[in-house]
Formats: sequence, C-alpha cells, structure tokens
Amino acid sequence: MNLDINQKTMILGIETSCDETAAAVVENGRIIRSNAVASQIDIHRRFGGVVPEVASRHHVDQITVVCEEAMAQSGVSWKDLDAIAVTQGPGLVGALLVGVNGAKALAFAHHLPLVPVHHITGHIYANRFVRELIFPLIAMVVSGGHTELVYMKEHGSYEVVGTTRDDAAGEAFDKVARTLGLPYPGGPEIDRLAADGKASIHFPRAWLEEGSLDFSFSGLKSAVINYLHNEAQRGNKISQEDVAASFQDSVAEVLVRKTMVAAERYHAKQILVAGGVSANSRVRSEMERAADVRNLPLTIPPLKLCTDNAAMIAAAGTIGYLKGMRADLTLNAHPNLPIEAF
Amino acid sequence: MKILAIDSSNLVMGVAITSGAKVLGEIVTNSKKNHSERLMPAISQLMQDTGVSPEGLDRIVVAQGPGSYTGLRIGVTIAKMMAWTLKKQLVGISSLEIVAQNGRYFNGLIAPFFDARRGQVFAGLYKSRGDEIVPAVPDRLLLMKNWLAELAELDQPILFLSNDMGKWADTLTHFPGAVPGTAAQNIPHPSELARLGAAGEPVGDIHHFLPTYLRLAEAEAKWLARQRR
Ligand SMILES: [Zn+2]
Repeated sequence: MNLDINQKTMILGIETSCDETAAAVVENGRIIRSNAVASQIDIHRRFGGVVPEVASRHHVDQITVVCEEAMAQSGVSWKDLDAIAVTQGPGLVGALLVGVNGAKALAFAHHLPLVPVHHITGHIYANRFVRELIFPLIAMVVSGGHTELVYMKEHGSYEVVGTTRDDAAGEAFDKVARTLGLPYPGGPEIDRLAADGKASIHFPRAWLEEGSLDFSFSGLKSAVINYLHNEAQRGNKISQEDVAASFQDSVAEVLVRKTMVAAERYHAKQILVAGGVSANSRVRSEMERAADVRNLPLTIPPLKLCTDNAAMIAAAGTIGYLKGMRADLTLNAHPNLPIEAF
Repeated sequence: MKILAIDSSNLVMGVAITSGAKVLGEIVTNSKKNHSERLMPAISQLMQDTGVSPEGLDRIVVAQGPGSYTGLRIGVTIAKMMAWTLKKQLVGISSLEIVAQNGRYFNGLIAPFFDARRGQVFAGLYKSRGDEIVPAVPDRLLLMKNWLAELAELDQPILFLSNDMGKWADTLTHFPGAVPGTAAQNIPHPSELARLGAAGEPVGDIHHFLPTYLRLAEAEAKWLARQRR
C-alpha cells in the first residue's frame, strides 16, 4: 500500500467503547493538540466493574463536554479539520452507539468525512506518539477487554496472530483482585501489593499447544482462587502480597514469552505494547528485559495513552483517512468488529 | 423559525422539518429498530429534500422519552450534538405527549402508553384544554393493572393510544369507556413533535441534557436497595 505518511492532517477522534468518554484532536497522526477524557472509573467502582447501561448513560452526559474541551484546547476550528474518526468497535454496543451517532452528527453538521476506527488499532497507534513505527512489527494489546498479538507488515495492515481463548488479561487481574477483596479496578491494586511480595507460589502458565500464540487466563484465575480457598481451609495465613506477586509473575511471563515468539516468527523489527495492562510494572520490566536481550526496539506509551483515550483513535483514524477509508451516515456500532478490514 | 424534529424513542422513527406554521416534510417508519443506521441518513435526506441546511436551522427538538433506552440515546445524542456544534436551540418533549396529540378533539381523557415489559407500561394522561392537549398527570412507569385501576376511578371515556396496542387490546376491551386509537393515531408524528417544540422552552445546559428514562439502570437500583438495607 502506498500511503503518503507525511501528509498534513488534522483529525478529531471520538472514543466511547467502554467506560471513558473521550475526544481529541491530532495533527499529522503524531502531534496531540488536545486529549479530553471523562473517566467513569469512580462511577463503576461501587458495582465492582463496568455496567454497560450505566456506562451508556454517562456517555450521553459527557459526549458534547469532551468534544467541546477537545476543540477548545486544540486551538483549531471545524474548518481546519480534515475528518472525524470514531471507534466503531469492538466494545460495549450501547456505549459505542453514543460515539458513533455523535460523530455522524458532527460530520453531517460540518460536512466532514467520517472515518471508522477499530479500537485495537487505536491502542497500537498510541505508540506513534512516542516514536515512528518500524515495520514489520508485533504489537501486544492487553487490557480489561483485550489480549491481542497483532502483526503489522506496514501502516494500516493488521493481522491478529494470537488472542485469548477465555478471559482478557485485565479481566483476570480484576477477578483475582476481587477474590483478594481489593477494589475495582484490580490491576493497579495487585501491582501495588506485588511490590511488597515474593513470587513464591507457583501458579500455572497456560502455554497451550506447541507453537500457539493464543492465551488462556481462566485456569490461572481458578488456580489462584483454589489456592486461597485451600489455605483458608487449612487455617494458614495468606500473604496477599505473595499471591499478587506470584499471579502477576505468571501473567507477565506468558505475555512476554508469547510476544517474543511472535516477534521471532514474524521477523519483527519493533515491539509495541499498549492497553491498560501495559501499565503493570512487572509486565513492563519483563517486556523491557526480553526486548533488550534480543536487541529489539520496544515502545510502551505513557500511562495516559495506554488506557482508553481518543488521541489514539485520531492517530489510527489518520491512517484510515490516508488509506481512503470512509463511512457514510449509515455507520453503525459493531461490538465484535474484526480488525482485518482496517 | 426552522425546526428539525427527531424521534427515535420507540419503534417508530420520525423526522420532521417545519418552517413557522408550515410542515416542510416528514419521514416516518414503523419497522424494525435499526435506528442507529437509519436516523442520520433520514435527517440528511429530509434536509436535502426540503432544501434546509444544518446552518439554516433555528432549533432542534427531540423526543426525550420515555422509551427504549438505546433508541433514546441515539436520538438525544444526535440532537444535542447538532444543537451544541451548530449553536442552535434544543428542546426536549415527552415521547408520550407527542402521541397524545393524536387524540385532539376526543371528548374525554387521552391515555398514551408504551409497553415496558413484565406487565409494566410507560403511561401518561392528557386532556384537551382549548386548542391544546395538556398533561393531566406526570408520565410514569407502572404496572398496567395498577394504571387501569387508577383510570377506572376517573369514570370518564378514555382514548388509549399506543403502538403496542396489540399486546393490551384484550385487556382494554374489558375496560369501561375505553376507546382504542386507530392505526394512524397510535403512532407518534414528528410534525406534532416539531409543533410542541416550537412552543417549548429551550434547555439551558445542552451538555447535560439527558433522556427521560423513568427507570434506573438495574445495577443502580440494586445498589441503592442494598444501601438502604
Ligand atoms: Zn481499550
């Protein structure tokens, strides 16, 4: 594909796939002019996880607020924009619908092209704010909703080479955290506890069949729950810190090793890591160590760009825009959108 | 004043454009609910057909609910986004009040309702006052059997209007003084929404304009119940 990757662009991105309502303006696919995010974490904490209906209601409440903030902070006007990019999927359908219909209304009102974006490609392109991508590359996207290994041979080309067969990595963090009586979201809590613990308990690593790049975290989750249960029955005192450290170790080891196998198999010249779980300190340090050993450039975006945001959607949307991807006003939310079409 | 009226709160999807007292055009469908796919194209089509540009609008009026949560969010999101970005006025109107307009000249009370599952209905009660149809009680969510018991006490002829009439037709034949609406009376007309919106008060804070769900999200209701215990 022949893209003029250096073409000047100004794109407004909109993201509402889960529990963040977000809008951002990105210039040339790499410069963040503004990045407004209304997080719902505090709202969902009391439910112990994201409640789709509640999330959808809050998106309606925040959608114009974040768009106003993004436009005001960017210093650009509607006339300066080349397109509006919006997350079409995957995600919670009721949540996605707010962003998709809001984006269509804006595109119509300002006579602007509309570019559909796959959420995972957004996470991948968050890395382009850190440095230019080098191809071929392997991207590992890990969050509460996804555990994906994506092979890219060039800009705007995505092939999923590994995915989870059950829980997403972030989901496993949340469930284990809940079992340990920790508040939602569980990732940061486990990370915090693990810092004071030793990985002294052996929890299983699900390697699956020989050569598989897929993941499975439900067995690990059950093993942790069983361990806690058995120790409690024996009347043994449990070290929450050691459980957290041991669990985290198991997740990190599997994520890192499979990413490295993929990198080798696809002759990757760069490794990208993105998604909320890439904030985990163990995942980060192990990934850095493994990439270093292999002399592979590794990029992990800063935390603010790892969790859901719209700058990443605008960045991925820039590539879609350059590829000529356009949606008309019939664009609909797609909760199970495949990545290959993007 | 040029008005764009949008109703996607229930199965019927309606868009109208009016200019002063004149209805320039209407699109109404009463078929399966892919409102997310069809609403923006319908708005675009009607504006093109009537020669009204987005900038040329003065006011956007939207059916605020009650109704289907998803349908409401689609219509309200589009309406508030257009109103905010084009700097136009925004007015929200009760979805039940739109249907109630179809009971004009009925000698008695007008009772529009939407089926809300598990024996419940979103229900309103309206009456004629001169040329106007005005609410007699606020819109509510309740069990149909309780609603009918309340209405029976009023001892007046009542015109029942609902696109969900089929499910309740049998029940209503046993209700003394009940008159069921005709097919055209049972569906909301977006030009009536536009007319109501022309007289309505524009919302002060477009950002936090929300659908009238009349029901908490289930998780929220359960959480509140736990807190009270
Ligand atoms: Zn995400």
